[in-house]
Amino acid sequence: MPTRRQYLQHTLRHSSLTVMTALWAASGLWPELTWAYEKSAFEAQSPANVYKALGLPMPVASKDVWLTAPEIAENAAVVRLSFGCTLPNIRRMMLLVEKNPADLSAMFTLTEWVEPNFTTTVKMAQSTDVFAVAVAADGKAFFAKKEVKITLGGCG
Amino acid sequence: MVEPMRIRTQLAGDKLTVRVLMQHDMESGQRKDAVGKIIPAWHIQDVTAQLNGRTVLQAEWGPAVSKNPFLQFVVKSVKVGDKLSLNWKDNRGDSRTDEVTVS
Repeated sequence: MPTRRQYLQHTLRHSSLTVMTALWAASGLWPELTWAYEKSAFEAQSPANVYKALGLPMPVASKDVWLTAPEIAENAAVVRLSFGCTLPNIRRMMLLVEKNPADLSAMFTLTEWVEPNFTTTVKMAQSTDVFAVAVAADGKAFFAKKEVKITLGGCG
Repeated sequence: MVEPMRIRTQLAGDKLTVRVLMQHDMESGQRKDAVGKIIPAWHIQDVTAQLNGRTVLQAEWGPAVSKNPFLQFVVKSVKVGDKLSLNWKDNRGDSRTDEVTVS
C-alpha cells in the first residue's frame, strides 16, 4: 500500500509529464528533433511559416544583409545567387524563394571559421522575390530581398 | 553513380575562397515522368566542410537547389598545407567525400 507521500509524488510526476507532452505536441517542437534535418522548414510554403518552423522571429529588413541576383534569369533551372552579411556573430544564413513549391532552398550553419558570404545556384518556379536571411547569435534575424524575373523560352 | 566533386581553392592572406561543383541530379519531386507519375525527390540534404578535421560549415539543402549544385564559401585562418574536406549526403543515403590540400 503506497504512503500518501509516494502517491503524491507519483501523481505529480505523471501529470507534469502529461502537461509537457501536450505542450510539445501543441507547439510542434519535439526537443529530440531540434538537431535533425529541419523537414518542416523545408516543406513550409511561405517565408512566415519557414521562420515559424525554425522558431525564429520575423526578420527585419537590414542594409547589412546583401543579396546579389540576376534581374532577369534566362534559365530558371540554374539561378546563381550570392548573399552575405556584414554584421558580426552570424550563426545561420538562409536562402528563400517565395513562390517555389517550398520556400526554403538552403540553410547554412556557420562557425567562427567561416565568413557569412555564400554563392549557390537554385531552381525557380516563376518570377518572385528571393530572400537572404541572416540569424545572429542573439537570435535576431535580418533579411534582404530582391525580385528575380523568369523568362520562359526568352519570348514569354 | 556517385561522381567526385570538383573543388577549386584560392588563398588570399589567410582567407580561403572555396568553389565546389557537385555532380547530382537534384530531382525536385515536382516533375512527372512519361506516364504522368511524379518522379520522387532525390537531392543533396546535408553538406559539411571540414578544415583539418574540424567542422567549419554545415548546410542543409532542399530540392530547390539546382542540378549539379555550385557552392562558394570563404574559410578564415587558413594556411598552405591545410586540408579541406567536403562531404555531401543525399536523401537516399548516398554520400561523397573529397579532400584537397591548400596550396
